[in-house]
Amino acid sequence: MLSLKNVGKRFGSLTALDAVGFEVGAGEVVGLVGDNGAGKSTCVKIISGMFQPSSGHIDFDGQPRVWASPHEALDAGIETVYQDVGLASHLSVDANIFLGREMKLPGLLGRLGFLDNSGMRSAARADTHRIGIRLPDVGAAVGDLSGGQRQAVAIARSISWARKLLILDEPTNHLGVAEVEEVLRLIGRVRDQGVAVMLISHTLPHVMAVTDRIVVLRLGRVVAQHVTKETTTAQIVHDIMGASEEEIAAHVR
Amino acid sequence: MLAFAETLVIITGGIDLSVGAILGLSGIIGSLVLVTLTTADHSLTAGLFAGVIAAMLTGLLIGLGNGLMITRMRVTPFIATLAMLGIATGLTFVLTNGVDVSGLPPVVATLGNAVFLGVLTVPIVVTAVIGIVVGLYLHRSQFGRWTFAIGSNARAARGAGIPVSRHLVKVYVLSGLLSAAAGILVVMRLGTGSPLEGSNDELNAIAAVVIGGASLFGGVGTVLGSVLGALIIGTIVNGLIVVGVQPYWQTVIIGVIIAVAVMLQERGRQKEAA
Ligand SMILES: Nc1ncnc2c1ncn2[C@@H]1O[C@H](COP(=O)(O)OP(=O)(O)OP(=O)(O)O)[C@@H](O)[C@H]1O
Ligand SMILES: [Mg+2]
Repeated sequence: MLSLKNVGKRFGSLTALDAVGFEVGAGEVVGLVGDNGAGKSTCVKIISGMFQPSSGHIDFDGQPRVWASPHEALDAGIETVYQDVGLASHLSVDANIFLGREMKLPGLLGRLGFLDNSGMRSAARADTHRIGIRLPDVGAAVGDLSGGQRQAVAIARSISWARKLLILDEPTNHLGVAEVEEVLRLIGRVRDQGVAVMLISHTLPHVMAVTDRIVVLRLGRVVAQHVTKETTTAQIVHDIMGASEEEIAAHVR
Repeated sequence: MLAFAETLVIITGGIDLSVGAILGLSGIIGSLVLVTLTTADHSLTAGLFAGVIAAMLTGLLIGLGNGLMITRMRVTPFIATLAMLGIATGLTFVLTNGVDVSGLPPVVATLGNAVFLGVLTVPIVVTAVIGIVVGLYLHRSQFGRWTFAIGSNARAARGAGIPVSRHLVKVYVLSGLLSAAAGILVVMRLGTGSPLEGSNDELNAIAAVVIGGASLFGGVGTVLGSVLGALIIGTIVNGLIVVGVQPYWQTVIIGVIIAVAVMLQERGRQKEAA
């Protein structure tokens, strides 16, 4: 369904991604792992339209696509929880859940752009209830929530909109043990509805528990791909760190 | 009226230093068009119509210039609108040589100063109506929601699929249009086009918006608050004149008000972060 081919991304003289290629099938849960700075979040942002690749291309549903903006990726059914983007903290929970896709009033007022706030509020309540995520009142400003609650809002938002692919970049940051269990369970449910999931995480036991396949990035390159059932945590750690210390030393220099 | 324009821009986390200069330039251009057309024997209504269009077009183009500089060339709002302040003020004096544009048909001043229902004038009514429309639009529409979202977290807004750059251009264009409308109203009140109008008005507008509770860091603000802010500043300024303080002190005091308000905001923010 999604396939990256030779995708490269440079920031000035720094090569964040170098000829990255991997695939995500429909309804598949793929883990993307790697050390800090390996290029995972950069890869996420290229798939979600936040960044444009410097080279290579992306096929989505059999079509070569390069998103000019996140808007286009969202339209295609790709939802993303970013590691470092967050929510609009001055807006309420429901305003954030519907951000960019607001419900409008019926009739002329709606055509003039006026919002159906009560409609969005009850829909947001129903959505979060259906997903089974525990949230504070949807009318609360996001800035008044705890880090974990905010993360829950971001996850609820993307799960309720995802049609084809859900990308979660370190979604379990800030979460307590119970909430982490919750997120992992939700990933399974999303997959059961036929939506593919990309999970980025440093917590390998989580990745081992919920993924079908694991892609390992190191210094901007894909260095290994494993079927989760056929590999071990030790193997993944080895791939993440690299075969030899010299290689890392060479890069640092 | 300028405070409405400034409210929109400040909520996005930007600032528009050119509102006063736009007021001045669009008033002058509107007046020049009107005078030229009526002396060239065109009908009065055609002249009035063309004058209003010319003034609004001036505001639109300057706002567009601001918006494009900020989104395309990535100039900070402060610098971009400061440049426009210079350009517009300069053009105002180039066009007038510093002299008032006189010879406007008397109907302008008549319309601008006619009092009905005891206290209301056309400029007051127009300002109130525009204020209500802008307020409703800002606080109830998708346009307004996106304006707050961008000021709150522009990257989150982009990630949610909002066309952030396009929206910012619209906000600066709207600011230009509102400032131009203010320019027209001032000409109506005075009956002449004065090149001095609008100078330092950005200071009053920013002060009104900040006192009205908007945050210069973006994401917070209301039209109603800005109206109250403008009333408070008006009261302070009038009070000072009444007690006999020299009018030259006005801008000093307004500057101090802005500084204090921003200091309090920064304190509040640090407390929140702690
Ligand atoms: N906007 C940017 N401008 C310049 N360099 C960037 C930018 N974003 C990322 N980089 C660089 O690209 C490289 C990859 O960063 P990236 O955030 O993708 O890593 P990551 O694998 O997500 O790391 P982490 O596990 O810490 O989240 C890093 O060297 C980083 O400094
Ligand atoms: Mg990352």
